[in-house]
Amino acid sequence: MEWDALLLSRLQFAFTVGFHIIFPAFTIGLASFLAVLEGLWLFTKRAVFKNLYLFWVKIFALSFGMGVVSGVVLSYQFGTNWSVFSAVTGSVIGPLLAYEVLTAFFLEASFLGIMLFGWKRVGPGLHFFSTCTVAVGTLVSAFWILAANSWMQTPQGWEWAEDGTMVATNFAEVIFNPSLPTRFAHMVLAAYLTTAMVVAGASAFALLKGRALPESRVALRMAVLMMALVTPLQIMAGHESGIVAGHHQPAKVAALEGWWTTRTQQPTVLVGWPDEAAERNHFELAIPGFGSTVNNAAPNVVLPGLDQFAREDRPPVWITFWAFRIMVAMGLVMSALGVWGAGAWLLKRLDHARWYHRALVLAAPSGFIAVLTGWITAEVGRQPYVVYGVMRTADAVSPVPAASVAASLLFFIIVYAIVFTAGALYILRLMAKGPESEEPAPHSDQPPGTPLGAAIEEA
Amino acid sequence: MFGLELAMIWAVLIAVAVFLYVALDGFDLGVGILFPFAKSSRERDQMQAAIAPVWDGNETWLVLGGGGLFAAFPKAYAALMPALYIPIILMLLALIFRGVAFEFRHHGRDRGKRWWTIAFSAGSIVATVAQGLILGAFIQGVNIENGAFVGGAFDWLTPFSLLVAAALVLGYALLGAAWLVFKTEGELFTRARRWATQLSLLVALAMGAVSLATLGVDPRVTERWGLTMTSVDWPVFLKVAPLPVAAGLVCFALWRPWKGTPHLAPYLLTVALFLIGYLGLAVSLWPYIVPFAMKPAEAAAADNALQLMLWGALVMLPIILAYTAYVYWLFRAKVGDDGAYH
Repeated sequence: MEWDALLLSRLQFAFTVGFHIIFPAFTIGLASFLAVLEGLWLFTKRAVFKNLYLFWVKIFALSFGMGVVSGVVLSYQFGTNWSVFSAVTGSVIGPLLAYEVLTAFFLEASFLGIMLFGWKRVGPGLHFFSTCTVAVGTLVSAFWILAANSWMQTPQGWEWAEDGTMVATNFAEVIFNPSLPTRFAHMVLAAYLTTAMVVAGASAFALLKGRALPESRVALRMAVLMMALVTPLQIMAGHESGIVAGHHQPAKVAALEGWWTTRTQQPTVLVGWPDEAAERNHFELAIPGFGSTVNNAAPNVVLPGLDQFAREDRPPVWITFWAFRIMVAMGLVMSALGVWGAGAWLLKRLDHARWYHRALVLAAPSGFIAVLTGWITAEVGRQPYVVYGVMRTADAVSPVPAASVAASLLFFIIVYAIVFTAGALYILRLMAKGPESEEPAPHSDQPPGTPLGAAIEEA
Repeated sequence: MFGLELAMIWAVLIAVAVFLYVALDGFDLGVGILFPFAKSSRERDQMQAAIAPVWDGNETWLVLGGGGLFAAFPKAYAALMPALYIPIILMLLALIFRGVAFEFRHHGRDRGKRWWTIAFSAGSIVATVAQGLILGAFIQGVNIENGAFVGGAFDWLTPFSLLVAAALVLGYALLGAAWLVFKTEGELFTRARRWATQLSLLVALAMGAVSLATLGVDPRVTERWGLTMTSVDWPVFLKVAPLPVAAGLVCFALWRPWKGTPHLAPYLLTVALFLIGYLGLAVSLWPYIVPFAMKPAEAAAADNALQLMLWGALVMLPIILAYTAYVYWLFRAKVGDDGAYH
C-alpha cells in the first residue's frame, strides 16, 4: 500500500464523511422527534412536552451546527480531491446535489433561525411550522444525497458523451435508480433509531439518577415505542437492501458475507477472519446453507463467491465483512432492547427496570455505530469502483500532491477531534443534567406577554 | 447556440449566488473579524446575537456557489479546486471553527467560552483571508492543460493574492461594522459607527491598490480598461470609468458624518461598493469562468442537466429569497446590550 494522493484522499473522504454522517443521522431523527414533541405540547398543553422540547432543542442546535459545518466541507471535497470524478459525473449527479441545496439546505438553515431564535417573534403555530419545516428539510436532504450515492452504487440512465464525460439519458432513471428506495428507507429508519437510542439512553440515565422523572418517563416511552416499531421495519429494509445489492453488486455481497467460492447453498458466516491472500476465512463459524436462504435463493441456485471476480475487481474483504457484522450486531442489540422495553412496559415495570435502564445507557451509541459501520459496508463494498462497474476510484482522484493531502488530512483530524470532543462534552453535560421542570427557552429570556411566552405561561 | 445561452444563464446565476454569499456571509464574517476590538464579553454576545439567526442561511450561499459550480460547470470546478487546494481546505477548516463557536460559546464555561471566542474570531479572519487568496489566485488564472490543473501546490501564493486577501479582510470588516450599525444600539452602536468611518478610508485605499494591481495581471485586462503604463485609450476607458468614480463616491458617502440617515444606509452603501468591485472584476475577466483558460460554454455540464437545474432554480430561488427575506424581516429589530432582540 502506497501513501499516495489516492490513498490519502480516500482516507480523508472516509474520515470527513464518516464524521459528518454522525450528525445528520442524529438530527434527522431528532428534528422529527422535536416536531412531534412540539405538536403534542401545542395539542395537549402538557408542560412535560414543553420541557422535553426545550431540552432536546438545545442538543439539536449543537448537533445541527456540527452537521452544517462538516457538510460544507463535503461540497468542496468532490473538487479538491476527486476532480476527475467531478468532471466526468458532474452532468449526471451534479443536478441532484444542486437540488439538495435548492430544496433542503436553505429551508433548514432559514427555519432553524426561527426555531432557535424566534421564540418571542412568532406565534406558537408558526414556530411549530418552522420545526416541521426543518424536519422535512432534513428528510429531503437525505433523499437527494441517497439518490446521488445510490446512483454511484447502481448507475443507470446515463451514457458516455464524446468528450469522455457521462451524460444523463433519463434523469428519472438516474434519481430513482434500483438501490434508492431500499437504501433511502434504510437510512431514514437508521436515523430514527439512532435518535431513539440516544433519547432512551439519556432518559434512562435521568431515571437512574432520579431526575426529571415525568419528562424522562415520557421520553423513555416514546423511545421504546420507536425502537419496538422501527427495528422490525429496519431489519426488513436492510434485508431488501441486501437483495438489491445481490442483483447489482454481487462482489459486495460476496465480500460482506465472506463467501470465497461460487456455489449453491452458501453459508451464513457468523464470525471468521477473512484472509485475502489465502482466499479463505480463518476460524470460521458458519451456518451451512443459511446464507442462500437469507438472500432469498432456492437451494439449487448458484450464488457467486469472490472467486468469480478478478482480484483487482474485489472490494477490501476484511473491512466489508467486519463492518457488516458490527452493523448487524448493533441491529440485534436494538431489537432486543425494543422487545425488552415493550415487555417491561406491558408488565408496567418500565419505570423501575433498573437493569434495563443501565442497558439503555450502555447502548445509547449503538445507532451511531450501526450507521457508521453500515456506511463503511456500503462504500468499501463498492470498491474498487467509485461509480460501480463504470469508474474506478483510482481514476477519479485529483492531480494534487500527496503532501498537500497528507497535511489537509492531518488538520482535519486535529480540528475534528477538537470540535467533536467539545461538542460531545457539551451535549453529554446537558444530558447529564437532564430536562428541568422549568426549562428556559434557548437564547431568550421569555418575558410573559409575548406570543410564545404566553403559550408557556398557560402550559 | 441554445447550449451557449444556457451556459451563460448559469454563469450569471452562479455569479449572483457568489455575490449574495459575499454580501451576506461577508457581514457575519466581518463581525467575527471585529471581535477583538469589542470592549467586553457582553459586547461580544451582543455582536454575535446580531448575526446568530441568519449566519447559517448566509453560509448556504457558499454551498450553492460550490455545489452550483460542480453541477453547472463540472470542468471548471475540476480545474479550479485542485489548483486552490490549500486555501480551500484552509477556508473550510476555519469555517468549521467559527460555525460551531456560535453554539459552543454559550455552552462553554470560563475557559471554554474564552477559547470559543478566540476560535470564532480567528476562524472568521482565517476564512476571510483564505477567500481572499482564492479570489486573488482566481483572478491571476490557473495553469491548465487539457482541462486539468498542472501547476504547483503553492501557485496561489503571490504578492497579488496576499494583497487581495488583506483587502477582503478590510472589506468584510466594513460590512460587519455597517451591519452592527444597523442591528445594535447603545455603546456598541456608537463604536460600530466609528469603525465604519475608519474602515471606509482603508477599504478605499485597498480597493484602489487591488484595482491597479489587477491591471498588471494580464495584458487582456489592461486592454479591457484601456489603460497601460504609458498611455490611456480614452474611448475604452471612458466607457468603464463610471465604476471607479462610483466607488470613490460611495466611499466618500460612507466616510462623511451622516447624522440622521437610516441605520441601514452604511450596510447598503458597502454592498454597493462590493457590487462595483464585482462589476469591475467582471469587466476585467469577461467572459472567462476560469480566467484566461475556460469560457462558460467550454466548462458547462450537458444541456439536459443545465435545463433540469434551471427549472429547479426558477421555481426554488424566488421561494428561497422570499423566506430568507421573511427571516431577516422577523429579526429586523435592534439587538440591545443584553443580547436580546428589542
